[in-house]
Amino acid sequence: MKTRHKKIAFILVGLLAVGGATALVLSALKTNIVFFYTPSQVAAKEAPGNRAFRVGGLVEKGSHKRNVEGLGGRFIVTDTSQSIPVVYEGSVPDLFKEGRGCVVEGSLGSDGVFHATQVLAKHDENYMPPEAGKAIDEAKAARSLVK
Amino acid sequence: MSWSEFFHMGGYAFYVWGSYGIALVVIGGEVLALRQRRKGLQARLNNISESAESEQS
Amino acid sequence: MPNRKINWYKYAAPANFYPLAGKLIPWFGIPAALLFVAGLYIGFFVAPTDFQQGDAYRIIFIHVPAAWMGMFLYILMALYAGVGWAFNARLASMMATALSITGAMFTFLSLATGSLWGKPTWGTWWVWDARMTSTLILLFLYIGFISLQAAIDDPRRADRAGAVLALVGLINVPIIYFSVQWWNTLHQGATIRLLNKPTMAPPMLAAMLIMLAACWLYSIAIVLMRLRCIILEREHEAGRTLTLGAKTAQFSRMESI
Repeated sequence: MKTRHKKIAFILVGLLAVGGATALVLSALKTNIVFFYTPSQVAAKEAPGNRAFRVGGLVEKGSHKRNVEGLGGRFIVTDTSQSIPVVYEGSVPDLFKEGRGCVVEGSLGSDGVFHATQVLAKHDENYMPPEAGKAIDEAKAARSLVK
Repeated sequence: MSWSEFFHMGGYAFYVWGSYGIALVVIGGEVLALRQRRKGLQARLNNISESAESEQS
Repeated sequence: MPNRKINWYKYAAPANFYPLAGKLIPWFGIPAALLFVAGLYIGFFVAPTDFQQGDAYRIIFIHVPAAWMGMFLYILMALYAGVGWAFNARLASMMATALSITGAMFTFLSLATGSLWGKPTWGTWWVWDARMTSTLILLFLYIGFISLQAAIDDPRRADRAGAVLALVGLINVPIIYFSVQWWNTLHQGATIRLLNKPTMAPPMLAAMLIMLAACWLYSIAIVLMRLRCIILEREHEAGRTLTLGAKTAQFSRMESI
């Protein structure tokens, strides 16, 4: 009986130790585990200036212009309070659309333009038939007009 | 909706059928591998019990 | 004194659990197969296309159940391994070993199908965001558990070593689950949450939940099958079946039915 209690105590102590250690590691990693920065964070100079990083936000409506010749183009990524102009080469994924989420990887030029080496689309966790989705999109658009 | 449309999956055929193909291979593989394991084991245990019986007689 | 209650402790002995497991397998395996068929039928023929992703979203019906099973089975594996270690229960340790391979398989499946889903929708096969990285760590934990147990000859020592690893790795499961809330990730948030209405059309949700049920039943059936193999192997190695010659014969008779 005694050894059994001992074992359970060992397990609990072990779990606590591991949990604590992991929490510490995570808090230390917290700055590095950030997958992307929002335009507001970039404006507040929270993003690393010296290396490539990612910016995530919404593609501003009406801002996406494809290059007339060849691939590539430009658009504005926004989190509704701050926005960053982005230029990219190559193509964008199927789900990349104005008003939808995206994540771009690259670096910020001194002119304030973000030069993206990769454009990713970020979709949300809603799944519904086209009619319902359209209705929601329209409702959102109406709300943004009121705002 | 026609069958060819169905298999086309709106242009995502490779990704959708690829996913379900992998699932089939992995799950089917697990079942088959386990069946093999049991057969091998059964054969081994049969040998042992037979030899044990012959030793007794 | 007549004992009218079922003696559950009897089944804690591997040799006694063996025939019970054999009887249980079809009760899980057959419904699993039926639910797989029903889930796929609803998923492909009843559920509408998605407004954002078109038909690519249909990968969700295998991806999400696989990802959940990967996490659930890890929790179960760690608990069984822990019980087997703490209470010196051989059957529980064997259960942990039996769970590990199926759990690893589902985790692999969630990563593979996720990759095939990410390419057409996000535009990338893989990124190192918190959700994907922590899921990969889960797969490594499973692989670590399996290989550690395989590396140690003495089954009881292998069980103990595996239990330590499994319990330590348990911390990773909540990290996977909450990663999409705690950090900015490319992976979208949870569609189904406790207390919240799922943000999914009903037939899509039905297909996903039926596939999840199918995966659960499949897992139970396949794990019981593997557990039977492990019981035979280990009891044989320990020389128990040789001393119980009659029981060995009984085992092989049951196998041949």
